[in-house]
Amino acid sequence: MSAPYLEAAVLVLGLAILMFETFADRLDKKIFAYACIIGLAVILVASFFIQRQAGSQPQTGLWRFYISDQLSIFFKQFSLITTILVLVMMIDYAPAIRKIDERASRNIADFFSLPLLTCAGLMYLVSAIDFIFIFVALELVTISFFVLVSFPRRNPIALEAGVKYLILGALSTAFLVYGITWIFGVTGETNLQRITAAFAGGRIDNQAATFGAVLVLVGLGFKIAAVPFQIWVPDVYQGAPTPVTAFLSVGSKAAGFVVLLRVLRPFLMLPNMQRLIVIIALLTLIYGNLAALPQNNLKRLLGYSSIAHGGYLLIGVACFDGQAVTFYLVAYLLMTLLSFAVLIIVAQQTGEQISDFDGLAKRSPFLSFAMLIAMVSLAGLPFTAGFVGKFLIFFVALDKQQTPLVVVGIITVACGFYYYLKVVRAMYWQPGPSNQAVSISLLSRTMMILLISAIFVFGVYPQPILDALKR
Amino acid sequence: MLLFLVLCPIVAAILIVLGTPARLTALIAAIANFLVTLFLFARFDQVAAGFQFVTSFLVSADWQIHLAFGIDGLSLFMLLLATIVTVAAVWFAGKIDNSERAFYACLLFISAGAIGAFASIDLFFFYAFHELALIPTFLLIGIWGTGNRTAAAWKITIYLTLGSFVLLIGLILLYQSFSPLERSFDIRELQEAVAVHPIAAAEQRHIYLLLLIGFGILISLFPFHSWAPDAYASAPAPAAMLHAGVLKKFGVYGLLRLVTPMLPQGAHYWMYLLAILLLGNIIYIGLVTIAQKQLDWMLGYSSVMHMGYIFLGIASANILGVTGAAALIFAHGLSIALLFAIAGQIRNRTGTLAFSELGGLAKVMPFAGLAFGFATFAAIGLPGFANFASEIMIFFGAIRNGWSMERFHIFQIATMLALWGVVISTVYMLRAYRSIFMGAINERRTKIVDLAYDLRIPVALLIGALIWFGFFPQTFVRMVTPAFRTYFTAAK
Repeated sequence: MSAPYLEAAVLVLGLAILMFETFADRLDKKIFAYACIIGLAVILVASFFIQRQAGSQPQTGLWRFYISDQLSIFFKQFSLITTILVLVMMIDYAPAIRKIDERASRNIADFFSLPLLTCAGLMYLVSAIDFIFIFVALELVTISFFVLVSFPRRNPIALEAGVKYLILGALSTAFLVYGITWIFGVTGETNLQRITAAFAGGRIDNQAATFGAVLVLVGLGFKIAAVPFQIWVPDVYQGAPTPVTAFLSVGSKAAGFVVLLRVLRPFLMLPNMQRLIVIIALLTLIYGNLAALPQNNLKRLLGYSSIAHGGYLLIGVACFDGQAVTFYLVAYLLMTLLSFAVLIIVAQQTGEQISDFDGLAKRSPFLSFAMLIAMVSLAGLPFTAGFVGKFLIFFVALDKQQTPLVVVGIITVACGFYYYLKVVRAMYWQPGPSNQAVSISLLSRTMMILLISAIFVFGVYPQPILDALKR
Repeated sequence: MLLFLVLCPIVAAILIVLGTPARLTALIAAIANFLVTLFLFARFDQVAAGFQFVTSFLVSADWQIHLAFGIDGLSLFMLLLATIVTVAAVWFAGKIDNSERAFYACLLFISAGAIGAFASIDLFFFYAFHELALIPTFLLIGIWGTGNRTAAAWKITIYLTLGSFVLLIGLILLYQSFSPLERSFDIRELQEAVAVHPIAAAEQRHIYLLLLIGFGILISLFPFHSWAPDAYASAPAPAAMLHAGVLKKFGVYGLLRLVTPMLPQGAHYWMYLLAILLLGNIIYIGLVTIAQKQLDWMLGYSSVMHMGYIFLGIASANILGVTGAAALIFAHGLSIALLFAIAGQIRNRTGTLAFSELGGLAKVMPFAGLAFGFATFAAIGLPGFANFASEIMIFFGAIRNGWSMERFHIFQIATMLALWGVVISTVYMLRAYRSIFMGAINERRTKIVDLAYDLRIPVALLIGALIWFGFFPQTFVRMVTPAFRTYFTAAK
């Protein structure tokens, strides 16, 4: 079986569920979510039996813009796992949608099936090696996110988030397309490998190529929320339904970084490009961490923290080390999704402010333990995956002698400990308002236990991830 | 064996959280660890050089990271210190009113972190285990602390995080300073590599500075000390015992284990800086200690001050001074743990540790007074206690550094000034003893009872170890020096 069947299967599954839902009024809508989860799980299993593309294969037909190397298959699995976990969270979140928008909740099955389309887009994106295909896949992701973000659209906050995301998303797309045009104008190519060859050949207009490359970086910068293209993040993250926020901060960010790694291969041949990335990384680190310090709303805090982690990832990108970036993304997936999963459950009982977590250790020791692990991993404490990620990032940065990045990185890590431990403090030593226990569904509990174990396992035994990229 | 030492507290902590009786489980785990350490002593081969009881698991083939444990004489004594203080800390903890399970679990995690760091022979886990104690300390001070606990908890956590990430950078640079073929996270292989190809002098300088700052923050080297008194004053007594007695020693252990053998030229280059900083610890902090009006703050500052002597021993760069530093780590850990333990008991009974409100407690707490007196003498460095033996080695070692007949080297001057530190510590320790245990007792306090009978066991354990190594320091020196002798002869 070859790789493109995976995306096709995800798309067919999504469309089938959308159609079937229209004719099944009486069914409990949660069934569709379970169907999506099972379907994706089957595809995830199948993805381990994919034939990889041999390096010498001639680039004809589909393979001119589609690649199924180890990196892309790994990130296809990454997208599938993210989507499955997001769907589990959506089941928990369904009652909250009913609360904020009664009419939207009648179409809740759409809410469950749209992530499949996003997932297909992400899977295409990580395989794309042609600018046109990158653009199309990116649009599939972005447009399905427009709908998801403003799904409870009669709620003004969600609507505001949707509009902001729509406008800035459209703007970033415009930058991207314009940049692609310039590069096409300079080289006459849209395929990344041929662009690399053209840049290496040296018979091109360097200034025009740099201009195009910068525009592409701006467009991608919006997707990965790098400073100064991060303005949309806090409001959108806060206003969107929480599972969608989680999806945005993990899925779309990971795909953005994979694309960034792919387009940088040609771009790094242009002068000053690495310096530009270093500057963006520095700004992202500083802004993300400083802005997170005073936050009181946990969802917003996680939004800023996702900018901050984008900064650490950019350190890896600036050093052009795929292994470190990949490992960091995996760690980021585990800990971010874990914290959002806890947030969704706690928010339904009390709220999204950090003070709503006061005394959680008394109300639900399990949830507070899960949150503790997520927070210390985000902060970067040893024995968690988050630390190994930071270790690899700092290692490559020192190896490439990026001293400014390391110095700023160290200071921002210390900042990070402050705002992540604020949550720990609320849970463990602030007195809580009530002692009412929090109920957790079996599915979510299983998911959290899996995430916690994965954080510990990869924190002590990182080899499987490093292997997965090499095979 | 070593794996058992590390896992035992962790498993016990998990069991406690799951519902076994908290205090009993913690105590059993602590005592089991202590007995295992004694067993290791019995089986330890004193003649053989290098690490013994090595167990190793490959964690990452790409990076050649192993979860590897092994001990030599130095780490064996660190383990002994860690396990004795853990027994004492758990025993002294007594009954906790508010979430007892979490309290004991946190204590055991601190202990596990320290033991793991001392037993690791892989750089990655050497670093990682130390950090294991960070969150438990944060919670212990924040939840069960006294005074301005929130500020103290933040201060220690952020400060130590910053320090340990500076340390991480230093360690990575140390690793990268080896040629790609010799690179390894295994401390044994690094030591062998360094004996063949020393690290280039220019690189040694900046790596040494980073490691000195990183470890220095963890050890509370002047001027990075300001987290320590706040934290120790606010922390509950068992946490202060473990942190000041054991965990803080991780930094000095790291200096002895990595920096002294691998970066001799870096150490030589920054010698003057270190001499000035350590005098800051001894003289300046010593004077600050005299000015304290509360016992907990005084003990916090005094533990900062005594780090100065350890630095003096390390800076002396000869086998006598370094052995003295190792011995003082051990001796100071025991004595400060006992002092914090008694202080905690006094606070439980009177609700205050201010000198002005205490007095005459020897009448109602004679055993506590005796124990405190012993610990006071030990901390001052009276002959007969391990502290004396180690300080005298440090002073002799330090005065020999850079010795010439014509003039006084900076190290002779530093040693002179450091000797005055003994007088300073005599002043504040004896004053503290007088104002707490002597004089007239407040009438409200005549009903106070002495230490519980069973607490005499941990007290006897601590004092016994202090006196044993005070009268027979050779038992210590014989086991520790092989670790140092290899590279001090190699350096010549």
